[in-house]
Amino acid sequence: MNILVCLKQILDPEVPARDFAIDPDKRQAERGSANLVTNIFCENALETALQFRARTGDIKITALSYGPATAEEALRKALAMKADAAALITNDGNPNPDPLTTARVLAAAVRKLGNFDLIMVGREAGDWGAGQTGGLLAEELGLPCISFADNIESAGGKLRIRRQTDSGWELLEAIPPVVLTISNNEHNVPRIPKVRDVMMSFRQPLTKWTVGDLGMDVAEVNAGDSYYQVAELFIPTKEAHCEFVAGDTPEERVEAFAQRITAVTSAI
Amino acid sequence: MQDIVICLFASSGFDKGAQGLLGAARRLADELSSALRVIVIGTGAEAITSELAAIANFVIVADAPELAEYQPEIYLNVLTQLCRELSPRGILLSNDTNSQEIAPRLAHRLGGSAVGDGIGLQMQGDKLRVKRQVYGGKAQAIIELQRYPAVVWLRSRAFEPAAPSGTSGEITRAALQVNLEVPTRIIERNREEGGNIRLEDANVIVSGGRGIGGAEPFNTELRPLADLMGAQLAASRAACDAGWVPPTWQVGQTGKKVAPELYLAIGINGASQHIAGISEAKNIAAINIDPDAPIFKYCRFGIVGDYRKVVPLLRDRLATLNK
Repeated sequence: MNILVCLKQILDPEVPARDFAIDPDKRQAERGSANLVTNIFCENALETALQFRARTGDIKITALSYGPATAEEALRKALAMKADAAALITNDGNPNPDPLTTARVLAAAVRKLGNFDLIMVGREAGDWGAGQTGGLLAEELGLPCISFADNIESAGGKLRIRRQTDSGWELLEAIPPVVLTISNNEHNVPRIPKVRDVMMSFRQPLTKWTVGDLGMDVAEVNAGDSYYQVAELFIPTKEAHCEFVAGDTPEERVEAFAQRITAVTSAI
Repeated sequence: MQDIVICLFASSGFDKGAQGLLGAARRLADELSSALRVIVIGTGAEAITSELAAIANFVIVADAPELAEYQPEIYLNVLTQLCRELSPRGILLSNDTNSQEIAPRLAHRLGGSAVGDGIGLQMQGDKLRVKRQVYGGKAQAIIELQRYPAVVWLRSRAFEPAAPSGTSGEITRAALQVNLEVPTRIIERNREEGGNIRLEDANVIVSGGRGIGGAEPFNTELRPLADLMGAQLAASRAACDAGWVPPTWQVGQTGKKVAPELYLAIGINGASQHIAGISEAKNIAAINIDPDAPIFKYCRFGIVGDYRKVVPLLRDRLATLNK
């Protein structure tokens, strides 16, 4: 069985709000001192695939990324986590391509890489959070898609996929090939690669292609905005001012706090 | 055509989300001087058609037996078929997991474009612009859709409902060819026990984070407090990832987007990703041991202290005040 896991490198979403700045003209975040990291849901996807391989065996996992040259770091980490192969499609154009552009590039890369039974992506990215790559990639490839999946089991030629819903979870039976978007749960927290495997990952082969190598219209892909455009980007102002309840003792403060709560709840 | 179409899953009924969705769509249709058509799909559709028709011009009921329950590939095929016949300018959905799953694929099949988790809608010339949170809630963006129909899933509870028009729209039943030969099928549906089923509709929410320190205090400390307050329990991603509570409890950028009258955050630091899920809450309050915790920046009122001490005292006080 062949599994493809798509990974996106993003600006560390854990950077505190006070260190976060944007360039309103370029309509993107400033790099500042923030690290570049692999989007957490993409790592959840890789972890889910690795655990499925460990249970099932005879699975090859390929990691794929479309991004700037630095995205090689995300793929090296994937190799260190024990993905079997990795490919980078370098993006020399719009650093924030719209979701359809990304899906088309990934679809072209999939066709060049070969056949996959499972294609896994994160449910959304921690930067723009569009939540569309999986669905659009499925449509580009003419495949079904299951969103918010968090576990895979093999069941006699079919797959059993667990999907998170608003009220609980569902189990789906799927005939591969299928695209999955992966959500987090307590079981797919990404593993920390061993130091030795991190060192080894830098010696492993890594395929690098340009958008041109995929036979795509380079100008159109690099523009990356025929689906939607970011018209404005801004940091909203906060209006709340916290009143810390007053009192000389914990009991007095809790009393004041309880009064404030009751004032709100009794008005409902 | 310039019509606005809503794709609504009937299973949630005419709840706060459906009402907000109808309100947002009605105002957009009025701005475009166009008709509002609602496609309502699945079991329970019949029960809410009159409420829908009081606001929409047309209601299309898709409640054939084979559409009783959500099946992603079947629902997508049916909605594509119905929307294609209507060739609308815009298609609006709510932000439940099913709508989020369907929307981008529906846009792709119709040659349009999609954007999600919208908190504002406006026309700019003939283009639709959608406001949404980005960078985990640290920034907001206005996204201008370039291909039509525009397919938008909305944080629907953030939108005001529309008043009934006083007349009833036309109600029709969809004539459909449903192909049941699809490559995926939901074979089992499970509801999480303990019922956080309607977290999005809760008026009061008590939520715990990393600072709670384990699964046990959610039951022994937070649940009795929530019961006293008539509140639903929720959690931050940290608490869910630790396995202390089920993922359905998660509030935040990638969890539930809630809009209660009161959100009480206990032991939650207040990362922007969490704030992104509570930005529509009317009142936010917090109990946190760290006076510099970012959560306090978003609070109306707060108390600094160890929740293990504060919560038992608070329960006593609330129990007395309730009497």
